[in-house]
Amino acid sequence: MADGLIQHFGVYPCWHWLVYLTVGLVQAGLLVAMVLLSVAVCNWMERKVSARIQDRLGPTRAGGRFGWLQSPADGLKLLCKEDLMPAGADRMLFRLAPYISFCAAFAPYLALPLAPGWVVQPLRTAVFFMLAVTGLEVFGVILGGYASHSKWALYGAMREAAQVVSYEIPLGLCVVTVVLATGTMDLVQIADAQQGWFWHWHLRNPFLFGTFWIYMTCATAGTNRAPFDLPEAESELVAGFMTEYSGFRWLIFFMAEYTTMLLLSLLAAILFAGGWNGPLPLAGWLGLSADNGLLAAWLGDALGACNLLAKGFLGLTFMMWLRWTLPRLRIDQAMATCLKYCVPLACAMLVGTALWTFGMRGGFSGKAEKEDRGADNNVQVTILNSQFAILPGPALAPRLMPEGGRNP
Amino acid sequence: MSPILWHSVFFVFLAALACAFAVAVVLAGDVVRMAFYLIMSLAAVAGLFFLADARFLGAMQLMVYVGGTLVLLAFGVMLTARGSLSSMRSGGGQWILAALLGGLLLAVLLQTVVPLGMRERDSPLPATEKSARSPAQGEGPSPALTTQLALGLLGVRTEPLCAGAAGPTPPPAPAYLLVFEIISVHLLVVLVGAAYLARATRPRTKEEALGIR
Repeated sequence: MADGLIQHFGVYPCWHWLVYLTVGLVQAGLLVAMVLLSVAVCNWMERKVSARIQDRLGPTRAGGRFGWLQSPADGLKLLCKEDLMPAGADRMLFRLAPYISFCAAFAPYLALPLAPGWVVQPLRTAVFFMLAVTGLEVFGVILGGYASHSKWALYGAMREAAQVVSYEIPLGLCVVTVVLATGTMDLVQIADAQQGWFWHWHLRNPFLFGTFWIYMTCATAGTNRAPFDLPEAESELVAGFMTEYSGFRWLIFFMAEYTTMLLLSLLAAILFAGGWNGPLPLAGWLGLSADNGLLAAWLGDALGACNLLAKGFLGLTFMMWLRWTLPRLRIDQAMATCLKYCVPLACAMLVGTALWTFGMRGGFSGKAEKEDRGADNNVQVTILNSQFAILPGPALAPRLMPEGGRNP
Repeated sequence: MSPILWHSVFFVFLAALACAFAVAVVLAGDVVRMAFYLIMSLAAVAGLFFLADARFLGAMQLMVYVGGTLVLLAFGVMLTARGSLSSMRSGGGQWILAALLGGLLLAVLLQTVVPLGMRERDSPLPATEKSARSPAQGEGPSPALTTQLALGLLGVRTEPLCAGAAGPTPPPAPAYLLVFEIISVHLLVVLVGAAYLARATRPRTKEEALGIR
């Protein structure tokens, strides 16, 4: 985007950094605004959803009948609380831990596309990057639990470590299954492979449908939500790793949790439920594509982003529904769910998806094979040529690849 | 007025961050803090990879090394660290020996890295390859470059050929082979050291015996 602006306005080279800085700040600011606003909405939603499930009304006073202003009121209350630190705490790590958690939860949004053109940093390996960075969130929790100098916090942190590290395996396997089905790690391409009606979504594939539910289970466990909220089990560990945190520092942990929840829901929407490609091909009917000019493309992207966010919030509602419906598991049950059920099931889904994809391409009837082999051979030859082009003596290349010679 | 080389600025910033945290690992006394500094150092190296446009490698660095250190922190340190291991202080003799060995290793690494910076002025390599930590690239600007680097790790230098070797052939430049091997041996030494540290020791003095319990 910055490059485009520089070209369009012909910016003098010594001011390029200013353009990059401005564009970066605006993009980061928009992302922060989106994420924090979503967290505020989530907080209100959590109260309302839990209240309705328990046959209560929830917040009804702050800001009118539906309690719209509950989140700002909560935030104000937390800001005014005293900032406590236990006597024996490791002061530096205690202070840093919430920020590490929030940074790790927020950074993946940099690679998350909200619509084909709406992504801060387009990456070809976006989904891998997001998994890698999201996995670091537990680091802040462990450090916070350790630095608190409290046995409850330490127990919570160790439970969190055991749980999150275990659940990352099936979560990664679920993502690999989608990557296998689409053949790309680029989230834009993964979502665009599901264009059109809702029966084009990845959920149509029975194996990916199963993968989706495993993914949602692992996402719930990865964000410490009930029924997997053992790291903060209030009946045993006071509040787990965040026992000693109060006020704003606690708020940052809280925001990190909701940020990750939203991220994993959005990722689920992109991986399995079409991303910005709605249940109906609405943007196609309205002609909102790049063929009809910039404004139409922008409107299409905006519609797609709204669509994706709606799906993300649907996933969040599902997680909240789970939390207020199911009782908490014991630690051995939580680990058994991961190792005895999620991992083998995810592996089975991986194999099933591989066979399904192979079959859909006509692999079993041998139709697609010939075309594919031709294409693959061409690619191999190109790679080999580029590898051997710099070796001394280019005559070496033909001798080293007898297969390449038979290329049709 | 020439534009500021922001790439170099970011490179120096991230490299300094990585080095500073690496030094902090050595100087810190508390095991958990050591692990924290190590993670920050490795994350800064991942930043270097991202800066060099090697996104896959950067994500890999985060996943494997930073995530691996995390597991180390959780299961290795927090479950076993108590008494003598939770705070490690080494004596003066150990410091001198370690500084000597570390200095020697640094000298060998610099001997490869510094001539590379001199040579690079007339070769098409981007500035980031000056780092000894990141000799290999995931998605480089061109596949030829990565191949070149990989061959460099095996001891084959290919720049003169790429630049179109017209005129007298320059003397063969040292490749990364020596450094590569030394780092491998270094890792072995680290393993031996870890085994030495983790072995069950008999308390030599009364203070030590009390410190362990």
